[in-house]
Amino acid sequence: MSKQILELKNVSKIYGSLKALADINLKVNAGDWLSIMGPSGSGKTTMINIIGCMDTPSTGSVILDGVDISRENASSLTRIRRDKIGLIFQQFHLISYLTAVENVMVAQYYHSMPDEAEAMEALEKVGLKDRARHLPAQLSGGEQQRVCIARALINSPEILLGDEPTGNLDEENEGIVVDIFRRLHDEGVTIIIVTHDPEVGDVAQRKIILEHGRVIQDIDQTSTFGQALKIHHE
Amino acid sequence: MANSRRKMYFRMVTSSLIRRASRLIIAVLAIAIGATILSGLVTIYYDIPEQLGREFRSYGANLIVLPKGDAKITREILAELENIIGREKIVGIAPYRYQTVKINEQPYIIAGTDLPEAEKNSPFWYIEGTWANSDEPDHVMIGHEIAETLNLKLGDSFVVQGVKYGERAEASRQDYSAKENLQRDKASQNFNKKLFVKGIITTGGAEEGFIFADSNMLDELVGDIFRADVVECSVIADAQELENLSRVIEAKLSNLLPRAVRRLTQSQDIVLGKLQALVLLVTLIVLIITMISVYTTMMAMVAERRREIALKKALGAENNLIMGELLGEGVLLGFLGGAAGVFLGFEFAQRVSLNVFGRAIHFQVALIPITIAVFILITVLASILPVRKVMDIHPAIVLKGE
Ligand SMILES: Nc1ncnc2c1ncn2[C@@H]1O[C@H](COP(=O)(O)OP(=O)(O)O)[C@@H](O)[C@H]1O
Ligand SMILES: [Mg+2]
Repeated sequence: MSKQILELKNVSKIYGSLKALADINLKVNAGDWLSIMGPSGSGKTTMINIIGCMDTPSTGSVILDGVDISRENASSLTRIRRDKIGLIFQQFHLISYLTAVENVMVAQYYHSMPDEAEAMEALEKVGLKDRARHLPAQLSGGEQQRVCIARALINSPEILLGDEPTGNLDEENEGIVVDIFRRLHDEGVTIIIVTHDPEVGDVAQRKIILEHGRVIQDIDQTSTFGQALKIHHE
Repeated sequence: MANSRRKMYFRMVTSSLIRRASRLIIAVLAIAIGATILSGLVTIYYDIPEQLGREFRSYGANLIVLPKGDAKITREILAELENIIGREKIVGIAPYRYQTVKINEQPYIIAGTDLPEAEKNSPFWYIEGTWANSDEPDHVMIGHEIAETLNLKLGDSFVVQGVKYGERAEASRQDYSAKENLQRDKASQNFNKKLFVKGIITTGGAEEGFIFADSNMLDELVGDIFRADVVECSVIADAQELENLSRVIEAKLSNLLPRAVRRLTQSQDIVLGKLQALVLLVTLIVLIITMISVYTTMMAMVAERRREIALKKALGAENNLIMGELLGEGVLLGFLGGAAGVFLGFEFAQRVSLNVFGRAIHFQVALIPITIAVFILITVLASILPVRKVMDIHPAIVLKGE
């Protein structure tokens, strides 16, 4: 039984009269691979931002690696995010004037020490060793997202978080990125990915579906029941 | 360890500037223009006193040195005076000996002087004909007034008569015959010389009533060694410096009485003060405009790089680290703009100086570090508010998907 890395307890996020998240309860174990799916506006981004220490819940608590982060101030959240979270985004967000390897080194720089050799190794793992000296504009979308994955993993975070990481990729590149997730999962990395693409959502070990800020389904895709449910849904 | 962080810092800061060259060029240009005008004006500011000093020297001597009592100024004293003032500060130094002579039985005064020096002291004199010189000592200059009274034209001659140095003047007596008078004139105590008009002087001042001749010729005529009644100096100095100079001269040469020509030195100081105030004012305005321009540039830069800043925050960067990077870019911009500005500014000052004063300017080496430091400082100051905007950037909002 692996340890619990994340727990959301009665988490709500309220914008005025709108409940972006309503009373969410969720436990994630180390090494889990979780997909968050659901229609637009269902609260996926809000949830991943709260998990990623980029936002705080209105009520409820979030236990990340044994620490309640729901009441931390901005500066501690920055520190926790730096140490425990690796983020990837739909629009990649690479720094345009830095090369691929420099973009990876930026994450090292803010975390601890830049180490070019280590950054190169991370790029090699995502198959980009020969593109390390290219600027983002000289890379394809798929290559850019792979740089982002290398950057997200360079400081060995507890959790890899992605908000629609394949949303801007074609099918081929989506496949490459999913393969990388699969390999990372095999290596024991905890992965939480928001997606509206079933092909991406279904490869995860577990999938939750949000609607109007609530978890309406929580599917264990490794169990026969989960598989059966999946087949039933199709 | 810390070294690799510092290296990464410079790598980020310089890459941002180098790989965003078009931005860099515009920002540096804005600063460089400011630095150009600033360093140019400061150069001019420091050069104005000297330039203006030279300019004012065209209004004539500004230091008159008289002997005390009945004494005269000898060559030795004159040489010492020159040493005290310093040759490099002297535009002209002309000793004058005044000798009363008679032309057609009317008294006139010949001023014997060092003609080339007198010319340097008097650029504003209007000369019909040419300046007299020591090559043709009989050819002298006469004041416009004398030319009128005696009806003399260029090239005309006239005879001067007088009593030699140390002899008593004796008017020709009515009761002597013409022959006797002539004999008396020929006697050793009198002199009698034919001179030619080489130039006619118009100044609007007392000079118009004098005859100007080479001092050696005059000394010889009166049979005496060099003895000056007054020395007129044109010195590059402002009122204060002239005051000090006068004190030094009096202390070292106690039998001399130096007098600064107040009217000239004071108006020089007033013009100088006004010019320098104007330059300072323009400099201040340029600094403010540069700051405003840096401020807006940095504002635009922070706005333009919201995503990058948000991303750095998402990666765990503290506000002050990101602000430090942006300020680092500001420092680099200030440095590049300031450095470019110093050299362009000297060029600018040089042109202004050549056009306005007709003289080259001195390059102040100290201006290089000072200008660069000033522009680094003002870019940093102007960047503080824009850079503080970093704190308002929320990564979750800026980096949101879709
Ligand atoms: N900063 C905000 N202010 C107000 N409403 C917000 C804000 N962020 C998100 N919302 C609202 O919360 C709901 C959930 O948003 P989001 O989590 O982005 O949905 P998803 O990512 O599933 O599309 C939406 O209705 C959205 O309009
Ligand atoms: Mg979303």
